[in-house]
Amino acid sequence: MRHSTALRHRLAERGIDRQLLLLVPAAAFVVLLFVYPFLYGVGLSFQPERGGPFSAYREFFADAYQRDTILTTLRLALPAALLNVVASVPIAYRMRGRFRGKRLLTTLLVVPVTLGTVLTAQGLLNFLGPTGWFNRILPGDPVRLTNNYWGVFFSLVITGFPFAFLLVLSYLSGIDPTLERAAATLGAGSWQRFRRITLPLLAPGLATTFCLTFVLAFSVFPSAVLVGDPAGSTRVISIAAYEEAYVRYDYPMAATIAVIMGAVELLVIAAVLGWRSLLYTGSTAGGKG
Amino acid sequence: MTEGFAELRLDGVSRSFGGHEALADLTLTIRRGEFIALLGPSGCGKSTALNCLAGLLPLTRGGIWLDDRRLDTLPPERRGFGMVFQNYALFPHMSVRGNVAFGLQMRHLSRAEVRRRTDEAIRLVRLEEHAAKLPGQLSGGQQQRVAIARAVVLEPSLVLMDEPLSNLDAKLRLEMRTEIRRLHQSLGLTTVYVTHDQEEALSLADRLVLLRDGRTQQVGTPEELHGRPANWHVADFMGYRNLLRLRAATVTGAEAGVEGDGLRLTGTPVGVIQPGDPVVAAVRPEDVRIAEGAGVPATVEVVEYHGREVAVEARTAEGVRLYLRDAAATRPAPGDKVQFTVDPARLLVFPAST
Repeated sequence: MRHSTALRHRLAERGIDRQLLLLVPAAAFVVLLFVYPFLYGVGLSFQPERGGPFSAYREFFADAYQRDTILTTLRLALPAALLNVVASVPIAYRMRGRFRGKRLLTTLLVVPVTLGTVLTAQGLLNFLGPTGWFNRILPGDPVRLTNNYWGVFFSLVITGFPFAFLLVLSYLSGIDPTLERAAATLGAGSWQRFRRITLPLLAPGLATTFCLTFVLAFSVFPSAVLVGDPAGSTRVISIAAYEEAYVRYDYPMAATIAVIMGAVELLVIAAVLGWRSLLYTGSTAGGKG
Repeated sequence: MTEGFAELRLDGVSRSFGGHEALADLTLTIRRGEFIALLGPSGCGKSTALNCLAGLLPLTRGGIWLDDRRLDTLPPERRGFGMVFQNYALFPHMSVRGNVAFGLQMRHLSRAEVRRRTDEAIRLVRLEEHAAKLPGQLSGGQQQRVAIARAVVLEPSLVLMDEPLSNLDAKLRLEMRTEIRRLHQSLGLTTVYVTHDQEEALSLADRLVLLRDGRTQQVGTPEELHGRPANWHVADFMGYRNLLRLRAATVTGAEAGVEGDGLRLTGTPVGVIQPGDPVVAAVRPEDVRIAEGAGVPATVEVVEYHGREVAVEARTAEGVRLYLRDAAATRPAPGDKVQFTVDPARLLVFPAST
């Protein structure tokens, strides 16, 4: 009896007690709706309609038309994610304090995320299309900014920026403002304060923000079809997976492409997080406060 | 920046927030090498004054002059002042050495010079073994010393300290107080020190500035503020715990008779007092004596043990509450009847209006 009490106490100290049972419904939910379909998909990718377990993968990488979708998607997602993060920093930096109208400005900057891709795409077509306002104002031949790479790129920026901005703003608000004041009294001008104090403390947050916006951009589908060139320059990897699943009904191949998509995302995230681990990631407060 | 200057002048420095005047007309001349304490209860404007000096808050009116150079129009990074923040504001991603070297690097000094002066400052605050650590790995007292080293390494014309000891425990606070005094004596840096602790201010400063509601109440040496408060608000803040609201009966030159609530005492007038005026008679607990046979009768209510002494709270028959000190050896107990007297030189009589 004493022994079991001691054991329960020791377990409780490690956070193992009856309250843990409350997690069961959530865990079951995750297993049922995420883990099982995921493992099922991975399994499916190793059971192609013909050939050995790896033949779907071999087929994907042997076919340039399929293989190139990885590069096409990276060419869109990496610059878009980078631009979203880089553009968020100065805007969030200006907005980190308290000022009149901050809520209104934040709302305006965040609205695009609530609009959805389709509405954004429609706006882009009307505005930037060959007969859109932008080209009517611009003298000379119309500039092609839709139904190609740039249309998708703009769409990714419009929908991804609010997301990156909100994250960066919250990371910035977590940095003790007296640190910059201290740097100022030590003779640092505004650029030095940003570069030596704020940026190093913000960098881990920027890495995380980059990863999240990259993942969003990498799985781009609607805008690649609507404002892109889905048969050519914006034939992204999700389109390839869609075609396998619903045009050719080759589910194992579609599952293979999905797995490859996940692997590429993980590689990029691993690289970014590897860089992040080299940075200072501790407290961003200036003392015992 | 540190080349000899003679004095730093604050000329009618004022700062308003909205319609509220947080600091009004602070005028003060600080001589080179002086240690000034800005003292007052919270909300009195002392931190506002410090931030105005540092350049972190723009002034609403007035000017700050270093000899004949106007400083209040310069941004903080061009004033050449060092500042120690209440929460230390150490850069969490830089080592102790990096924190201390930061200001020197901003001045584009040579690498060797930065290293030499950084080492020297770290030695000065006795943190040699901790130089490579990050601030998060240090104790509160060590962090405090880094903050001080970082501010003094630039040999600034003025060091500003914003309640630097308020986050430390009582023992460490005493140690660091001595350390700050020692540093000031060895470096001779002109210092403005903000605190709400009168004992800290008295023990550190050459001169004190007592603020209340943004207005300067008194400027003087520790002895002057301790022994000769200018008004009863200053007396209240400087430890005159007994503030009796009475009426002046007789005023004869250096002595004033005051009475009311069944009390009849003799004190020293401070300021202009006419017979019949309402006054505040102020006396420290340690200047109220328990007397045998003569004096005002009172009943002991609360006794606090303070080691050699006890703090006693007593009440007269008319309900006037009095704080006094007594030797612990006499062992007063709640309920005891005592009689007390006050030395007329120690009872200060202020006009009640100010």
